[in-house]
Amino acid sequence: MAATISPPVDLSAALVAAPPTLAEWLVILPVAWCLAIGALLVMLRRPIGLHPAIAIAGLAGLVLIDGLLLKEIAENGPLTMVMGRWLPPFGIAFTADLTGALFAFAAALVALVAGVFSLADINDSGRRYGFYPLLMLLMAGVSGAFLTGDIFNLYVWFEVLLISSFGLLVLGSEPEQIDGTVKYGFLNLIATTLFLIATGYLYAVFGTLNMADIATKAEALRDRAPLMTLTGLFMLAFAMKAAAFPVNFWLPASYHTPRVAVSALFAGLLTKVGIYALVRVMVMHFPVEREELSFILAVAGALTMIVGVLGALAQTDFRRILGYLIVSGIGSMLAGIAVGGPGGIGGAIFYALHSMLVMTGLYFASGIAMRLGASSSIAALAGLYRRHVGFAALTLMLCFAVSGLPPFSGFWPKVMLVKAALDIGAWWLAAALLLAGFLTTIVTGRLFLLAFWREAPPADGEAVSLSPAAFGPLAVLAGLTLLIGLYPEPLLAIIQDAAAGLAEPSAYVNSVFPEGGPQ
Amino acid sequence: MEAWFALLVGIFFTVAVYLMLSKFIIRVLLGVAVLGNAVNLLIFTGGRLTREVPPIIPEGAESLAAPAANALPQALILTAIVISFSFFAFLLVLSWRAYSDLATDNTDEMRVAEPADEPLPPLGY
Repeated sequence: MAATISPPVDLSAALVAAPPTLAEWLVILPVAWCLAIGALLVMLRRPIGLHPAIAIAGLAGLVLIDGLLLKEIAENGPLTMVMGRWLPPFGIAFTADLTGALFAFAAALVALVAGVFSLADINDSGRRYGFYPLLMLLMAGVSGAFLTGDIFNLYVWFEVLLISSFGLLVLGSEPEQIDGTVKYGFLNLIATTLFLIATGYLYAVFGTLNMADIATKAEALRDRAPLMTLTGLFMLAFAMKAAAFPVNFWLPASYHTPRVAVSALFAGLLTKVGIYALVRVMVMHFPVEREELSFILAVAGALTMIVGVLGALAQTDFRRILGYLIVSGIGSMLAGIAVGGPGGIGGAIFYALHSMLVMTGLYFASGIAMRLGASSSIAALAGLYRRHVGFAALTLMLCFAVSGLPPFSGFWPKVMLVKAALDIGAWWLAAALLLAGFLTTIVTGRLFLLAFWREAPPADGEAVSLSPAAFGPLAVLAGLTLLIGLYPEPLLAIIQDAAAGLAEPSAYVNSVFPEGGPQ
Repeated sequence: MEAWFALLVGIFFTVAVYLMLSKFIIRVLLGVAVLGNAVNLLIFTGGRLTREVPPIIPEGAESLAAPAANALPQALILTAIVISFSFFAFLLVLSWRAYSDLATDNTDEMRVAEPADEPLPPLGY
């Protein structure tokens, strides 16, 4: 076939003309980095002795990349990079704003400490089943979900992290794990399918999937498109991912079955991805609909808090107690999203970050307690205080933090949420927040009283030392909790900027469409 | 045309929900498979239905003639098919494994992770 010489075409109408700057590469680097390290680990299938070192170095690199990204965005505003240089909304955009970068950074930090803890928790058979490659792929999914600027792409990252989490959950193939994974797997797949249904409708209504494009077009479509139904569908899908009542049952059924490092990682990351997506869609895309649905969301949040903590009160197993406490914490975040405004949204983001650190730390503590006491039941555990004083002290700090007592990180978001709820006159929501905090104090107080303070038979009472790989991650997380509790101002300033950026997304939109809006 | 497709999608969703409400894992699995296809049809219908008009810009023109097929929903569906197929495969193996290890496919009897007769936590110190 004869080649015809095409006339010169102005490519700038379809492609981004300038090559991406070094800073823009930071937006895609967390995902690419995790996928590359994961692929490397899959290739090194046989020398499993190398896996931990490579994975921990990779996760340390991820913390560094996310830290640089956060610094860059805090200084210069949101960053966008489009795949294949196609102009948005045609090219798939990765857009990182303060909220996304903050979540990505916290997730990387949690993954790093969980990677270190896995040295003491994941044995050779776990490594052979592929714990470390799955961990890196999970982080690729989580980072992608926090940094993408395209709603269908968000769905794809949800599935990436979901399939990796299946692999991590069944690691070991014990009957308990298979039982837990069946429930987790089916219900989470249904939740992501609900998300896909909502995305399909969104595309039919908007004709676009780019988040910045959706945020700008929603205003014009409000009178003639069923945006309320759409927002309700998104709310149901993400609430199910976040384990909100009454769609929370997959979480307490599965989170106590896998290895401790896996539980800790899931506690820190997975439900918070759901909360992040809820914040992104409801606050940035559909603020008017959020206002309308806020009563339903507030009731769901209050019920989630109370049902979660009552569930925790009824449990004997250390890790099942923690599973219900995660659910209870999700309720506080939903309450923040329902209340809205800088206090509510900022409080929800702050609470999510606090919960990532604290719940991961508590799962580490449960793992160490199970090893020291040879049981996971608080009826059987006793005298842990005598076995290791430092471990008992750190666990007590985390118990205070999860209950929202000062001077730890749980106190400030709770203050913000209660104040925001009282400011709009929702006294019952503020009362539910305080009641949930009080009941959580009873749950953790009883846990500490029985497992740590109760006198054990003398034969079990000898002091032991813990390996640094088990103790170090716990100490780091408890230390961060204390630091944030004592000196919250820098983090609070970033969170307030992040919440403001969600409520008024012009900087986000400008970063995707520098020439003022899509053509 | 769209109305008929909407009806078809509705039937798919009905079948999927009915199957997923079952206690038996294999039926739930079939329900999930039907649900995935229901969503694919939904996206397909949502993205404009046309026949035999490929989205190719004719020589000399600058843009597409109006009623051409929309290529994007097809790309979305392709992604969704791959994902739902791989999840179906994983869950199928998992269900088989659960059936052989737990000796039941009734979710009411799957109480290994959450035993029904677990004692209450200690009420005193």
